[in-house]
Amino acid sequence: MSKASRGPNALAFAVGIGCLVVFLLVMEALIQFGFVNRFIIPPPSEVAMSFERVIVEEDILHRFLLTATECLTAGVMLTVFGVIGGVLLHRFKLLQQACETWIAAAASAPVVLMYPLFLVIFGRSAWTIIMIGFVAALPPVILKTLEGLSDTRRVLVNVGKSFNLTPMQSFWKILFPAALPTIFVGIRLGLIFALINIVGVEFLINFGGLGQLINELAERYDLAGTYAAICFVILVSVVFFMSLERIERWLRPAH
Amino acid sequence: MAATGSLTASAPVRGRPNRVTLLRIGIIVAVLAGWELLSRSGWLYRDVVPSLFAIGKAIVALLSSGEYYFHLGVTAGEILAALAIGGVLGLIVGLLLGGNRFLAAAFESYLYYLGPTPKIIFFPILIMWFGVGPGSKIAMGVLSAFFPIALSVAAGMREIDRVLIRVGKSFRATTWQMATKIYVPAMRHPIINGVRLGLGVGLIGTLLAETKLSNKGIGYLIIQAYTLFDMPRMYAMLIVLFVLAIGANALVGRLGGLSNIKRR
Repeated sequence: MSKASRGPNALAFAVGIGCLVVFLLVMEALIQFGFVNRFIIPPPSEVAMSFERVIVEEDILHRFLLTATECLTAGVMLTVFGVIGGVLLHRFKLLQQACETWIAAAASAPVVLMYPLFLVIFGRSAWTIIMIGFVAALPPVILKTLEGLSDTRRVLVNVGKSFNLTPMQSFWKILFPAALPTIFVGIRLGLIFALINIVGVEFLINFGGLGQLINELAERYDLAGTYAAICFVILVSVVFFMSLERIERWLRPAH
Repeated sequence: MAATGSLTASAPVRGRPNRVTLLRIGIIVAVLAGWELLSRSGWLYRDVVPSLFAIGKAIVALLSSGEYYFHLGVTAGEILAALAIGGVLGLIVGLLLGGNRFLAAAFESYLYYLGPTPKIIFFPILIMWFGVGPGSKIAMGVLSAFFPIALSVAAGMREIDRVLIRVGKSFRATTWQMATKIYVPAMRHPIINGVRLGLGVGLIGTLLAETKLSNKGIGYLIIQAYTLFDMPRMYAMLIVLFVLAIGANALVGRLGGLSNIKRR
């Protein structure tokens, strides 16, 4: 991301927030005066008021924890299998040459569309959601692990050789620590992919946490509640991405 | 020592292509044999893992059916419309943000953080706005494709070599000439990358919307096969779809000359 967007000055930040507030006020006026149909777009004030109702009545904490648990499970799985996959590809060059392009192609494949297949295999359960998140997010973790290990500075590897380190020692003392920041970039990407797919599949199969909440509210035609729930999911996603970014920045200076 | 290293490293590479191809064939054969074995073993519910013959037959039936091409046409039309609208909007917003640091500081963080949120959750709203027909699917595709294109164009705009811009200005190039002779050629790589990313997520958005609520399109056919528990047909559709999606992605890169740019 650019410096401009990372460290916005106070005025630009205020203009950004101001434009958002003005937009909401204009929408409120347009809806209140009947220029926009309130049965299609509810007034922002109504959406804001329905936040409390959605949080209290829809047991949002439980739903949030459910989605978070699914994300965490998929995250642990993709970290373990993704990093191991990347290490194996790095260790066995022939395997890397044979499979790297396939994994790159899998990264651009619309894996989430396989959700009906996962429904058949795992049933309408949390495992369908977790497995979709896992499979869709696995390629970036494998590829970034491989990239991190392959890009380790030659001089570091040679220092290890001059100390007669065993391959195992060389891996744990040199390769893995040097590749860790890049591996974390892969895990961060994987977790973002996993969250997107998990919430998406929850919505599509009407099962689980936050995604299901949006679907239920939409099916009840609770428009203000639907908008509030969407805002809540966006908020959760943004906080999640920002936290991952902070952790990544915190990890980087150490290397 | 470095020379020895490079010699020892390059020697086995000469013999690699054959070994790589052999390994690839071996992996494919092992996967197919494992699949067939699993299919015949009865360990999973019947038809969850159909035989390769049944899947092959379903692929042939699918590709020789006129109905499939009608639905493929609907989906392709929706995706193209979504990519055109999302692409133009993304290009405009990207140029504005990339060309003006103040606007970027004010608004780019919204795009940056909204970009990776799951777009499918907006689908109930889009149905309300654009109806249950193709409009809401196109809108879903537009929403998905817009963010990667806008962010990629904005980043590309900022990476244009200042020297090129100064050369254009020293020749007193008009705005149009600057755009067509300097900006767009210099931003070819990020624009193509953005379009590729936009195509990928736009395709997913449109198809997911079709699986949720539609009566035509490939997404509808997939969910129909699931409802009827016609597993060979579902596998066939997923395989064909994956091949088309990866092929379309590669085609965009090739048409845009991405491989030539990379080689430089």
